[in-house]
Amino acid sequence: MSVTGNLPAGHEPEPWIEPGHTYASVTDKISSAVLTRPLGIGWLLGFAFLFSIVMVLNLAIGWLITKGVGIWGINIPIGWGFAIVNFVWWIGIGHAGTLISAILYLLNQKWRTSINRFAEAMTLFAVACAGLFPLIHTGRPWMAYYMFPYPSTMGIWPQFRSPLIWDVFAVSTYGTVSLLFWFVGLLPDLATLRDRAKTRWQQVIFGMLSMGWRGSARHWHRYQSAYLLLAGLATPLVLSVHTVVSFDFAVGIVPGWHTTIFPPYFVAGAIYSGFAMVLTLAIPMRKAYGMEGFITLRHLEQMAKVMLATGLIVAYGYFIEFFMAFYSGNKFDVFLAKQRLHGPYAPFYYALILCNILTPQLLWFKKVRRNIPALFVMSLIINTGMWLERFVIVVISLTRDFMPSAWGRYSPTVWDYATFVGTLGLFTMLIFLFVRGLPAIAISEMRELVHEDSHGSEGHS
Amino acid sequence: MAQIFHRSANFMARASLLGVAVLAGVALTAVLVVARSPYITNQHVTRSQPIQFSHKHHVGDDGIDCRYCHTSVESSAFAGIPPTRTCMNCHSVLFNNVGYLEPVRESYRTDESIRWTKVHRLADYVYFNHSIHINKGIGCSSCHGSVNQMPLVLQASPLNMNWCLECHRNPQQNLRPKDQVFNMDWKAPANQEQVGRQLAAEYKLRTTAELTSCSTCHR
Repeated sequence: MSVTGNLPAGHEPEPWIEPGHTYASVTDKISSAVLTRPLGIGWLLGFAFLFSIVMVLNLAIGWLITKGVGIWGINIPIGWGFAIVNFVWWIGIGHAGTLISAILYLLNQKWRTSINRFAEAMTLFAVACAGLFPLIHTGRPWMAYYMFPYPSTMGIWPQFRSPLIWDVFAVSTYGTVSLLFWFVGLLPDLATLRDRAKTRWQQVIFGMLSMGWRGSARHWHRYQSAYLLLAGLATPLVLSVHTVVSFDFAVGIVPGWHTTIFPPYFVAGAIYSGFAMVLTLAIPMRKAYGMEGFITLRHLEQMAKVMLATGLIVAYGYFIEFFMAFYSGNKFDVFLAKQRLHGPYAPFYYALILCNILTPQLLWFKKVRRNIPALFVMSLIINTGMWLERFVIVVISLTRDFMPSAWGRYSPTVWDYATFVGTLGLFTMLIFLFVRGLPAIAISEMRELVHEDSHGSEGHS
Repeated sequence: MAQIFHRSANFMARASLLGVAVLAGVALTAVLVVARSPYITNQHVTRSQPIQFSHKHHVGDDGIDCRYCHTSVESSAFAGIPPTRTCMNCHSVLFNNVGYLEPVRESYRTDESIRWTKVHRLADYVYFNHSIHINKGIGCSSCHGSVNQMPLVLQASPLNMNWCLECHRNPQQNLRPKDQVFNMDWKAPANQEQVGRQLAAEYKLRTTAELTSCSTCHR
């Protein structure tokens, strides 16, 4: 099946890879970032800065473990606060990687090739940041193993009826499958790096990681079966993980949470923010490493279209939330809907509408979709908007539940901010390490793309 | 191009995959076993006491009732450690000059309590009440074992949560008639299941759901 099949003659689309590339030039270009390119002053300064932010994160977590969760701005009735807002935000960002890798692979979308590798890496790093939050939010992270069902001396199992336990399984399964998928996809490229490595220790490290890959026909045959199977395994996870995360809210009877729209609109929101983060990372990266030939303007435009589509689903979700509140006539739901518009946190709600619904409408215009600075700014706005969405959901509902005597206010402390900024630093630092330590674009798949561009995509799979 | 790895690397790679799996399995099993061992639970561990007080002698040989010393066991959370005066009730006249009882007499003279070493230590986050167990027909020996056979008291039960819940989920297997509660040699009759159910109704035991609710023990 060809992507170009339905287009009228004389309307050839731009290629997915800059014309003129050969197998060798693709391999040279991508592997040079790992093997030959010296560490520039920009990378070193950036890394040093990010490393210091990670030290702030260490300090924040260390102090949290010493003093307890009281150093955060949470207190009854606001038991969740920043930690859960950030958890949901990060896990949402972690959705684009597997969507790009698995679902677009199964749908035979060739444009995924240039972005799948670092989108998957981004997924793993985002899931790592996400997993940190519920862990430290428990207040006693050294007891976290209680959440796993193991034959304990307590004679009880975790509460399997609680979505919070489903979360443990959903997120850990997602992390494991994403890691496997990423690693299996890396195997041929690791072998390429091993073969091109200049120093002994590079040979040994890449040699061990490539697990004896020789590129024989049998290797490729098995590799492709394994990759297809993992793609099939990962596909339902893209939908299930954020569904389960939304159950954390939807199963609770708190006004504003207890709605059936949550799972689909959470999943759409996750993909929305995930693609925004891919753009946030791809735009500087392609510039810094001269990869405009691989991640073309057409790729960026494609991602912009995905953001527009998922953004509209999210907008529909917001609308339905409002509609159902009034349609149900439930006075607590109606009150909460009004609180979003007029309550103490109303500015956050309006900012959310501005970031997530109004601004992305600009993506209807091709000029905007092909304007790189505009896309970059837009991706940052959407990321902000998706963070605000989780803030609105967590904070407004918890501060305004059924009884006025149970109302409260929430304001984060310096430690809340330090932890959040710290995970931003950790995430970016891992991305920095990744682009210099592993091929950020799938070399073997790009070579396939070169092959198809010169032989036509028909009759080759 | 020269090979990077020696041939043996193939074997090492496979062996280490197996090795990691085996090691993880062994480590997990070890942790689970140690968590149930006396090293963690203190079950069967004898503790030295300031005085070689023998429950075997006092309860088993002399037949003194538990409540003679542990006076508050029927009415309070804490069973009670007897004051030195209780010892002196007898030991002012019996064995009143033997050397190994000198700490008792000294405590009596100086009004300074004897510092016994606690044998049954529950975690601070566990609420435990002796009186409710006694009054609902749970005998001393169900938890403390045959104290009348112990020269030095040791912890007969593991005291982990699983052990507590075993009974809270199925109390009828340990319920006794009221007059058997302090009997150290009580054995469950053959029809205990049936008797237990009758006693549970008679004592108006709470439902299993209530008995195993978190806040029954963690308040």
